[in-house]
This record gives sequence, C-alpha cells and structure tokens, in this order.
Amino acid sequence: MAKKFSEILQEVKEKLTSADTSKILTEIKVDFLGKNGVVTGLLKGMRDLAPEERPLLGQQVNSLRSQIEELIKNREEAVKQRELQKKFQDEAIDITLPGKVGELGTLHPITMVKNDLIDAFSGLGFVVYEGPEIESDVVNFQMLNIPEDHPARDMQDTFYITDSILLRTHTSPGQVHVMTSSKPPIKVMCPGRTYRSDDDATHSPIFHQIEGLVVDKNLSLCDLKGTLEEILKHIFGKDIKTRLRPSYFPFTEPSVEVDVSCFECGGKGCKLCKGTGWIEVLGAGMVNRKVLKNCGIDPDVYTGYAFGIGLERIAMLKYHIPDIRMFFDDDLRFVKQFK
Amino acid sequence: MRIPLSWLSEYVDISDVTKEQLRDGLFSCGFEVEEVIEVNEKVNKIVVCKILQKTQHPGADKLFVCQVDAGKYGVLQIVTNAKNVQEGDIVPVAVNGATLADGTVIKNGKLRGVESFGMFCGGEEIGITEEYYDGAGGDSVLIFHDDFPLGEEVAELLDIKDTVFDISVTANRPDCQSVLGIAREVSALLNKPLKMPSLCYSQSQVKTEDKISISVKDKELCPRYMGAYVSDIKIEKSPKWMQRRLYLMGIRAINNVVDITNYVLNEIGQPMHAFDYRELSGGEIVVRRANEGEKIVTLDEKEFSLNNEVLVICDKDKPSALAGIMGGLGSGIKDDTTEIIFEAAVFKRDNIRKNSRKLNQRSDSSARFEKGVDPYTTEIGMKRALSLIDSLGAGKVASTIIDQNSFSGEKKKITVELNKIYKLLGITVPEETVIGILKGLNFECFAEEGKLTALVPLYREDVEDYPDLAEEIIRMYGYEHINCTLLKNSEITHGGRTPYQVKEQTAKDYLRYNGFNEVVTYSFISPKDYQNFGIDTDELKLIKLKNPLGEDLSIMRTTLLPSVVSVAVRNLNKKNLSGRIFELAKVYIAKEIPLTELPEERATLCLAAFGEKEDFFTVKGVITGLLDCLRYSKKLTLKGSDKPFMHPTRTASLFDGEKEVAYFGQLSPLTAEKLGIDKPIYVAEIDYAYLESSFDREIYVKNFSKFPSVERDLALVCEKSTTNGEILEAIASARIKNLVSVELFDVYTGDRILDNKKSMAYRLTFSSNEKTLEVEEVDNYVRKILKALENINAKLR
Repeated sequence: MAKKFSEILQEVKEKLTSADTSKILTEIKVDFLGKNGVVTGLLKGMRDLAPEERPLLGQQVNSLRSQIEELIKNREEAVKQRELQKKFQDEAIDITLPGKVGELGTLHPITMVKNDLIDAFSGLGFVVYEGPEIESDVVNFQMLNIPEDHPARDMQDTFYITDSILLRTHTSPGQVHVMTSSKPPIKVMCPGRTYRSDDDATHSPIFHQIEGLVVDKNLSLCDLKGTLEEILKHIFGKDIKTRLRPSYFPFTEPSVEVDVSCFECGGKGCKLCKGTGWIEVLGAGMVNRKVLKNCGIDPDVYTGYAFGIGLERIAMLKYHIPDIRMFFDDDLRFVKQFK
Repeated sequence: MRIPLSWLSEYVDISDVTKEQLRDGLFSCGFEVEEVIEVNEKVNKIVVCKILQKTQHPGADKLFVCQVDAGKYGVLQIVTNAKNVQEGDIVPVAVNGATLADGTVIKNGKLRGVESFGMFCGGEEIGITEEYYDGAGGDSVLIFHDDFPLGEEVAELLDIKDTVFDISVTANRPDCQSVLGIAREVSALLNKPLKMPSLCYSQSQVKTEDKISISVKDKELCPRYMGAYVSDIKIEKSPKWMQRRLYLMGIRAINNVVDITNYVLNEIGQPMHAFDYRELSGGEIVVRRANEGEKIVTLDEKEFSLNNEVLVICDKDKPSALAGIMGGLGSGIKDDTTEIIFEAAVFKRDNIRKNSRKLNQRSDSSARFEKGVDPYTTEIGMKRALSLIDSLGAGKVASTIIDQNSFSGEKKKITVELNKIYKLLGITVPEETVIGILKGLNFECFAEEGKLTALVPLYREDVEDYPDLAEEIIRMYGYEHINCTLLKNSEITHGGRTPYQVKEQTAKDYLRYNGFNEVVTYSFISPKDYQNFGIDTDELKLIKLKNPLGEDLSIMRTTLLPSVVSVAVRNLNKKNLSGRIFELAKVYIAKEIPLTELPEERATLCLAAFGEKEDFFTVKGVITGLLDCLRYSKKLTLKGSDKPFMHPTRTASLFDGEKEVAYFGQLSPLTAEKLGIDKPIYVAEIDYAYLESSFDREIYVKNFSKFPSVERDLALVCEKSTTNGEILEAIASARIKNLVSVELFDVYTGDRILDNKKSMAYRLTFSSNEKTLEVEEVDNYVRKILKALENINAKLR
C-alpha cells in the first residue's frame, strides 16, 4: 500500500513538472483529487479493509491528499506567475506615444508680461484700472500738461478721429481718470492698448503699456525708485540694479528714465545692452503739480509719482524677441513657444 | 543736436577731460550722446610736398614720374596719372604707411616697373571739401595755394580732424539746441567758467530807424522783433573756419551774410534772417497776420496762398517773408546786395508749428522756432550776428537796433523752503551744494533760514516751480544719491485685479487649456474686410481715422472676425496647417458719426480653429464649456443662423431672448475663397461684454436621490433630417418627472436601415428621490416617451 502511495505521489510530481497552464493543472487536480480521481479511488478501496484498519488508511489517504494539494498549489502559483508575466508582455504598450490630453494653448507674451506686472504691483497694494482706448484730446494731452501744439506732441504721433477725439497715445490718461474720480491715497496701475502712427522694426502703431500712479502725502523720488526696483527685480531677477537719469515728460517733474543693469551680462557689457551694461526699460517721474491741480488734487498737500512701462519692450527683453512686428503677426510657430 | 568739440571748446575749457568723461557727464545730467562721430580720425601721414620734377613714365603713356621734396621725408619719387600737377606745385602726398580718410593704407610699390614712394591726394582722399580748402571739392589732385611747410601733416595744417557729439536734447530744453547752450551745461558740469562769444562791433553813423520803421501788429504771435541795418555789404565767401563749422553741422556754405545767419542759429540758437534792403518798399517792416488769399513766393521758389492764421513780415505793399519759416524770393540776399536788414525775432512756437505743417514748408529756422526761442536769446543772437559782420569786414553796422519788445525782461523768482525740495527728492542735499549747483547753472540764488530764493536765467523758460529746481539740483548732484525706499510714509492699500479681470483671466485660461492660442491683432481694419465678409456697412456707424497709416488700417473695428480670420489665413499660407486661436479685445461702437462723444468699447471674444481634426463641434464645444467655466447663469437658446460670411447650414447662434449673444460655425467657403483659402475654418464671435454681466451663477446645492437609478437604452429610427434637439424636446414633452438624464450615445446611418432614415441611440436614466422605482413604473415612463416621440415620427428600432 505504502508503495502505491509513493508511486501516486511520484506520478503527480512528474505530471506537475510538465504542467505549464492552469488548464492542465485543473486536469491534474480532477485526475487525482476529483470525485472519480485516484485518491478518491483509494478511499473507495477502504470498504475491503477491516474496520480497525480503516482509520489508519483514512489518515494515510488524507495525508496523501494534502501532500498532493500542497504540490498542486505550489505549482499553481508558479504557473499563475508565468501566465501573468505573459499577459503583461502581451499588454505591453509604447510608453513614448503621446499622451491623450489635448494640446495646451498659450497666452500671448504681452498678456504674460501684463499678468506678471499686475501680480507684482498687486502685492504692493496697486489696484487695476482700465480706461478707454478712444480718448478726448483734453484727457490724453491737455490735462497732462501737454497743451495744443506743444512740442511734446511731436514725441507722440497721434491718430485722430475728430479734432478733439483720438486714439490714446499712452496709458497716462488713466492717471487723469483715477485722480478725477477718487481721493488719495491712490495706488493704481492702468494696463492697455496704446496707439501711435509709427511702423518699423522697433515701433508698432499699436502697442501696450502699463501706467502706474501713486498719490499720497510725503512721497519722494526715493519711493519711486524703491517701487520700481522692487517691480523690476520681480521681472528681471533679484540681482539687477536700477539707475535713474534725467529725462523729460510734460506730466512729471522731475522726470527720469529708468535703466536696469543688464541681466544678460550682469553689467559687464554685451550685445543686448550694446556694451553699456545698462538697459533702458521705462520712463517715470514725480507727478507734475499742474497735473495734480488739473485733476482737483491739492499739490501742496499731496505728491505723486507715475511711471509708464512698455509691455512689448519688456517682453522683447525677457523673451529675446527680435522684432516688435512678431507680436502682431501671430505666426503660430511664434505664439506656441509661450507655453 | 550736433556739437563739434572743437567749437564747444571755444566757450568752455574741456582740455582736461576725455571724450568719454564728457559723454558720461552729459549723460548723467540729462543729455544723451547718441553718437560720437570721429571726423577724419584715421587720416595720417599725408604731408605737404613740392614737385621738383615731372617726367613721362618710360612704359606708360598716361603715367608720370615725379620727384617731390617731402621735407623731413626727403626727396621721394612718386608715380602718378594726375594731369593737373606741374613742377613747382605744392601738393598733399600720402607717404609710405599713410592712411587715407576712407581707411586705405598707402605703401611703397611699383607702377609699370617704376618704383613709387607715395601718392598724390585730392580732397576726397584727405576727407575734406571746398569748405575746408578752395579746390578740395574737385576730383583732381589738390594744389595748395599757400606756402605750407614741406613735410608737415596736412591734417594739422588744415585742421581737418574733429569729434562731433550728436546729442539728444529733450523737448523742455530748447535753450540747449545750440553750441552755446550745451557749453552752458558743460560749464556747470565741469565747474568751469563760460566764455561768451564776442558781441561787440564797431558802429557807423547811421541809425537803423533812419532807414526803416518796424511795427508789430500781432504782439501775441511775435513778442519780440529786432531789426538792424547794415550798409556797405560785400557779398563774398565766408572764411574757411566758418564754412568748416557749418559743414560739420550739415549746412552748405552760401555767402558771408547767409552763412552768418546759419552760424548764429547754430552757435547761439537764434534763427536770423537777412533782407535785401532795396527790396523792402516804403522803408518799412510790418509784422502782421496775412490777408486771406495773400500770396508769397519763398526762397525755394514755391508759391503759397495765405490766410489769417499765418504771420508774415511785410514791407509797405507785400509779404517779404513767412515769419519764422522762410524768406521771400524777392527780398533774399543776392550777389549785388549792398544793404541789409537783419531780423532776430521770437515767433510763437505753436503758430509756427501749425503753419509750417499746414503749408508743408519747413526750414532750420522753423524747426528751431517750433522747439521754442526765448526773447533773451534774440538779443544775443542779433548782437552776435552784427559782431560777426564787423569782424569779417562784411559791412558797416548801424549804431542802433530797433527792438519791438513786449517782453518784460524780468527774471522769474522762485522762493521755496529747502525742506520741500528735500521731501520731494527724499534726500537732503547740503545747502552749499544746492547753491553751488544753481549758481553754476546761472541761477542767482541764496538760502536764508532754510528758505531758498532763486532767480531763473531768462533762457530757462522751462523752470517754473520748485520741482523744476529740485530736478536741476538732483541732475547735477547725481541721481545715484537717490536711495530705494518702499512707500515708507504712505498708507497701506489693498491691491489686485477687479472681478472683471479675474473672470477675463479665467476665460483666457480655459481657452488655453483647450488648445487655443491667444493672438493680438490691430484694432483697425480695412473697408475691404467688410467687403470680403459681405457685411453691409451702410447700417454700421464706422469710426474712421483721420490720418490712418493706410486705407487698410483706417476703420476702428466693429467685429473681431476679419482680424482673427486673417491670422488663420496668414498661418495657413505659411503652411501652419492646423491651429486654434482666440482674441479677447474691444470693438468700437459709435452712437453717431461723426463722433460727438466717446464711443462704446465692447469686449468681444473671437475664436478660430482650422486643420483636419476641427469641425463645427470644436467651436460649439469650447463655447459651451467656456460658459460653464464662467458659470453663465442665463438660459440661452440655440438657433440656426444666417450670415453672409458663414456657412448657411453649419452655423448656429445663441440667443438671450431676442438678443443674439454669439454665433459660431464654419466660415462660408465663398468668403474663405475670397481670402484665398480652400480649407474649412471654424469660427465663433461672442459678445463677451453682454455675457459678462451674467457670470458667476450662484450655487444652491440640490438634494440627490438615495435610491438606485434605473437606466434604459432606446435606439430610435427617425427621419434623417430630425435633429437631436427635436428628439430631446419630444422626450421632454412627455413630462416624466423622474427622468433625470438623457444621453445620446450613438448615431447610425447605413446599410441596416432605410436610406432616408437614421438611428439615434439614447440612454435614459430614471430616479426618484422618494423610493426605488419599480420596473412597471419605468416601463410606463418609457411607453409615454415613445408615444411622445411618435409625434416627430421617431420609433423604436
């Protein structure tokens, strides 16, 4: 009997060795452990034994059954692993194929710079004001201390609609709108489209500015420089320095041009800064007392400072854009680079 | 403003500063040197020689061999083809190693076998013209008519080298539009005395008023008019030094009198005019507004018909000059002129500016008057001109000058607490420094008990108030002294975007995340755009620019579509074959034309999509999604739309009641064809400003059912022309309260159904808030729905 047991065990082991699918394993299970299987058959032989021998045989058969079950189970696990591996292999994909999300679009570089500036100014307590693009001569020029036929009008070739209505030549009219409609303290930025009748590689008839205006008691040129340095560091990096130099705008006095140290070469001199180490970025100044007066603000109580930043200029510097016309040509090969 | 340093150095000592120091100094006090022009910088080793012998070249008919005495360079043999030189002539010779004006280096060499140790030079090789030396203007070898020392550098003898600064002068500083003006700044900058040019001259017995009367009828347009009589005029060439200086300023020399007027304009900044006395009939000068239709022919032989806006200088009968702009042909200086009247005047800058533009007639004088001339400089200019006449021996100057002057001559006085200046600057400048700076700039000033009193120089019309003084002080003291402070004394304010801008950014971001690229286009479009899009402009009140850059950029747009489509067209033409773009910008809507008030500027959104993957549903989908994203709160209805520039069966509009708020679909193939495009472009234009008022729908959370829902799929067969919208409406008409969603999941046309039919498959979801729905109830719902669908002839498949 014992011999037969070991033979059965041996036979199971042999069969299992070559069994490499779940199906064959199931067959083996049925063949040996099933209702009509070999092991069950052994129990059927029990009837022929004396009752006192039966428990022993029962024990032996059960032991055999668990041994076989153990063997099959072990084999099953190996086969399952193998099958799983195969399934994974079959399911292999090309992970370098593109993802299924749609292509990302872009914001225009002018919007990017505008957003950047609005964020920076917001942090300093500036609110946004957007005025009209079509303006009166009075607001665009006269209130800003540029009377009719003032030579400063030559600085700004103007598009006219009627003798007294024009396309704003700068965002400075925003100053007038804000000062005539609200009381100090004022901290405002006015972004928007502006127009001048110029068209070449550095001038576009349409361009964008952001005007900044602060009116309060006790403001000084030092505050102006501090504010602008803060903003310019936000745009061009913490390491830049700023420089003021005298300039002229009819609506500010004193007026300054603001340069930043070249962020490309660190001020040593390169192509971008034309060897000077400095790059001109914006115009600014203390609000002219006449402008305050024109807007109903007492210049003996309040002072103000204002500045105008050309968004195209900043974008050209920041993104190395060679020609202002690229902003308005909107070639997708250009536009799509601003992801 | 061009400033030759040799000229500048006559009024202020710049010998101990380098050009770089001078340039940097000017830059820091507000005068940017835009260009440094080195005149004849390279010319070297061109020396004076005397031709000792000239013989025919043995091997060439057209060449000569000369022996020249080159002073310290010895006797040199020069081979030349010059025909105009003779033995005994004194000529310039570029010797071995010499550099010509254009940079060419001359070396010893052989010409047809004969050695040559240099080259004869003409004016061009030396870099000079007639203004430098008589005869230098021709193209042959220059022959000196002076006994120059042999072997000496021609560059030094003729003083041909110079450095010219091209300085940018801001509009508030007309007083610096002259060599003297810049010299005043440099003298303050370097703290050196200013040497004024000579204003002295000897006077004849004649008085100007004996020769002419001057009356100014319009004192507003002409606050100061000075006239001086000069007799015994000898018209001849002006001296070389004067010609040379004018040449460096870019002005052609004409004759002594005309050159003096130009010289004074550039030196002092005062435009001058000279009249031929003979031509002033009646011995009078009248400054008045022109009569309507009055005519004048100017020096350049152009005739003008004038009006009352134009100021003219007249004699007894007729206009002799357009005031400040140009003299008349008749009264101009001629070769036989013997008596002149010099004019130095101030004409109001805006009047000159207006008329110069209107008449389209310009001159150096008008350009100068437009910038602004002050009455103080007028007198200096007149005296300087007379002094030059005298020193050149060009005429005899009358003993008096007629001066019609409505200008007080009183200096402006500014009194201010120094503290106010310091507060504006944010720093304190030592009091003695303040005084020193202002005195250097010719302000008479003193400080007493913290109060500054300053008298403004008469030529500084730009200085009006204490901030101007603050600017004068800081630009000389140095802007590097300004520290950075961050609003240390001001109130805290809250910053940020307005709700409108926050939404705008949300909209742009949504579009961006859906593959749309933002573009920016010009706000003006062409009448042709309206034509191409078949838009009737009669009804539209178009806003036109008076002075557009061209017809194509002449109309403020009332729609963004042509601009955005043109971007698509441009990209397609450049073989960028697919793309999604948008612009969110303004359109301009006039209430009436011509404009009497500012027009409405309406924010509008326009989209375009092109390429193989795009269709009607790209634009429909993104608009629907965008409205969801902005939480649009109103119910809009969708209708088919009929527009001349849109595909008639592939276009839809969204309406809020009667108001069309958006349209979208395929651009009409006919319009596309007109634009040269044969591919479909899908577009949308949305009245963003209108929708904007209904963004930010409030959110009220509704309860949802706790019980399981039941789904039923219905495959319907209907007419091919039946729309999804009609089926949804029919389903809705069954009014099943517990029907919570209807979802289209398949549309089929093909072999398995009739040709004129299609199959539409919907998944219906039913659910109740009160209980689990019984099968019978749901069956009942479906029966009702199918019944309702019979009305549009849709049946279960």
